[in-house]
Amino acid sequence: METSVTLAGFISQLLVGLSRAMILFIVASGLSFILGVLRVPNVAHGSLYMIGAFAAHTIAVAFEGSPAGFWLAMVCAPLVVAAISLVAERLLFCHLYEREHLMLLLFTFALMLILGDLTKMTWGADYRSIVAPPLLQGSVSVLGTAFPRYNLFLLLVGPLVAVGLWLLSTRTKFGKIARAAAVDREMVGAIGINVSWVFAFAFVLGCLLAGLGGALVSPTISITLGMDHSIIIEAFLIVTIGGLGNIWGAMVGALIFGLTQSVGIMVLPQFAIVFPYLAVVVILTLKPTGLLKSVW
Amino acid sequence: MLKDILRTSAFPWTAAVLLVLALVPFAAGRFYVYILAVIFVTGLLAMSLNLLAGHGGTYQFHHGVFYGVGAYTAGLIITKTALPAWVALCAGPIAAAAAGLVIGTFCVRLNKLYFGMLQISLGSLIWILALRWYSLTNGDDGIHGIPMPELLSGSVNAYYFILIVVSACLAVMYLILKSPFGTTLRAVRDNPQRCQAVGINVRRHQLLAIVIATFFAGVAGVLFVVLEGSVFPDMLFWVMSLEIFIMCLLGGWFTFFGPMLGAAIMVALRTFVGSYTDYWTLILGVVLILLIFFLPDGIMGINFRTWLHSRERRRAMNTVR
Amino acid sequence: MLQVEDLQKFFADFKAVAGADLTVRKGDLVAVIGPNGAGKTTLFNLITGHLAPDRGRIRFKGEDIAGLPAHQICRKGIARSFQIANIFPRLSVFRNVQVSVLSQRKLSETLFRPAQTMVLEETHRILDSVGLSAKKLDVAGSLSHGDKRILEIAIALGNEPELLILDEPTAGMSPDETTTTMELVKRLAREQGLTILFCEHDMDVVFDVATSIMVMQHGRTIIQGAPEEVRQNATVQEAYLGGV
Repeated sequence: METSVTLAGFISQLLVGLSRAMILFIVASGLSFILGVLRVPNVAHGSLYMIGAFAAHTIAVAFEGSPAGFWLAMVCAPLVVAAISLVAERLLFCHLYEREHLMLLLFTFALMLILGDLTKMTWGADYRSIVAPPLLQGSVSVLGTAFPRYNLFLLLVGPLVAVGLWLLSTRTKFGKIARAAAVDREMVGAIGINVSWVFAFAFVLGCLLAGLGGALVSPTISITLGMDHSIIIEAFLIVTIGGLGNIWGAMVGALIFGLTQSVGIMVLPQFAIVFPYLAVVVILTLKPTGLLKSVW
Repeated sequence: MLKDILRTSAFPWTAAVLLVLALVPFAAGRFYVYILAVIFVTGLLAMSLNLLAGHGGTYQFHHGVFYGVGAYTAGLIITKTALPAWVALCAGPIAAAAAGLVIGTFCVRLNKLYFGMLQISLGSLIWILALRWYSLTNGDDGIHGIPMPELLSGSVNAYYFILIVVSACLAVMYLILKSPFGTTLRAVRDNPQRCQAVGINVRRHQLLAIVIATFFAGVAGVLFVVLEGSVFPDMLFWVMSLEIFIMCLLGGWFTFFGPMLGAAIMVALRTFVGSYTDYWTLILGVVLILLIFFLPDGIMGINFRTWLHSRERRRAMNTVR
Repeated sequence: MLQVEDLQKFFADFKAVAGADLTVRKGDLVAVIGPNGAGKTTLFNLITGHLAPDRGRIRFKGEDIAGLPAHQICRKGIARSFQIANIFPRLSVFRNVQVSVLSQRKLSETLFRPAQTMVLEETHRILDSVGLSAKKLDVAGSLSHGDKRILEIAIALGNEPELLILDEPTAGMSPDETTTTMELVKRLAREQGLTILFCEHDMDVVFDVATSIMVMQHGRTIIQGAPEEVRQNATVQEAYLGGV
């Protein structure tokens, strides 16, 4: 009797960890994609995630919490974030592409600072929350325990995004050009492709993923300022252990992060969050360049 | 060694500035004394980062960790053990340098961006430990009310102590940068491959530089404790490390005093602008963007001739296109 | 002095060096020639430790040095100049050479003495011997192309080498500069008893200077011998010299 309860609890906790990992993956994959193509870590990635969550809330509330509102929010919030990133990119960022990478990194840091305060100005410091639509509320019985339907939804969306990204980078023209530009941007420019637009698309796509992550996570947590700071470190760590620029690496890293945190919750709840960090240290000691090959 | 300091042309100026600074507590109110002390401490931290970033060319992205380690070590020793305060104040920089050695050993195996990302990862582990180990570090609240010996308590005493220590540290840093070690460090920054080819063990050199720089960061951390009597986990947070980077950039990271100037400007801006608005971070972001676009070498790095030259070149290139 | 046997280096599937043999005797001036892509620079990178070989042996003065890191090989008496001017662009000419001399004297890590008073004599001597004394305070990045190549050699001399490896020392130079540089190289070899190994595309230079020539093609050594021998070798003529 005891064992079956713990086993069920174990599996339930693992599944929760997996669904958490899906959000982490979606955010980290965007970061990794930008890193791979532009060779710059986007420090503002967390801010865009946060804006995605706030925007989703505003849209959902505008439709008075109806299911249609929720789905609209899931679609439109990432688009809002993509629009913001496009403006930042075309207005300022693109002029820096010839400069050394440190400048690009510092720009993304400045962007994070600015977006953080703009978020505070627009939405204020209150906690907000969204309610999932009835379709995704409640739980399903999995191996004897209750597993939230919303988490199941996340477990479906995550791999979909992964496959979508994979198809994009291997089957589409844009994807192939982006991968080429990651390795040798001068060559790509020399054959007549406007590298600046390639970078713009890559940046906007990456930010869109951040916004998507923020929108998807919004029913599960309280939306608040400071979301940007916490997610950016986790995304950075995931990208580092997965292999810089490698999308599947981001998946592996996110899974490791999510699952070790679940293990932590079961073993030592107060220090649960330390477990992923320890895993990161172990991995980086053994394989400092990340588990999967970096894309360059 | 002392003779060399006395003979440099900058010495009279430096002596004059030091004299003025020494007289400040007699002329200005407690608030200004406090702000100046904050500037000195932050400036020392920025200067220590610049040893690695501007003069060494390494992507030291999480330098704040060592600041925090120095501060926490001092704070914990004073509050949790019966050891005298002086032990704590000396242990801080040593702990910071030890952390620098350990983290540095991992990081110098890699280049550039990997170095930076790895350091962020390892540093974040220390941050999360400080944040979560509530029983040891008080977690999110930090440790407050750390008592200081008589000699150092009170804002004026603290001010003089900080002024002396920071001046001494800067003098040592100056000597180090002028020494063969410093020359070789700059060569490593400019062309590590060539350095390998002339027999320099680049990794070892970088590691030595890291230990030195993190030691000074630890000193800054200890001075923070002397000044504020508290430690916060935010000192170990990655965003703080990036702010220090901005100070170096703002002041001019290829110059000696640049980072100190950058720290002064940042602290002054934060204090005075922060009293008018809640959105100080927004302004900082805008300042940073202006810097990136118009003053990439920082304020002390302004060289009008080079700026004009590069504008001419860019115009010429654009017309060709 | 230097013996390379059946050296091989692969980059994934590509055999950059597929069996190189080289013998350099003390006091020789050995030239390595071959068409572009023959593997000459890779060979030099392998000898100086910037790359590790996959197979084969490299012996210097009887000691096996294959796979050692670059800075250790430098300490054993091999110095090198690079094909693309690999100097310290932001430092002055004087400092460029000084860094090398400091490293040779194991003074690079001295912390508390001002660098401007150290190893002055040696640095000046080197600058004099290559003729750059007049420009010692100039920023290295602002030198002419030819002067940068000479600075390259000066930096290498800072290591008091026994074997000096020059990667295309006259690349991109005018005929006058080429003559001056090679005269310099010959003079240095004589005065300081240096053994020189270099690679070149300029055949006039090669046949004028070298005492022994090694020919490479597709990463392999075709032949090594005295200039006349090489000039008359049928395989070489066919593959490279285009029938002389």
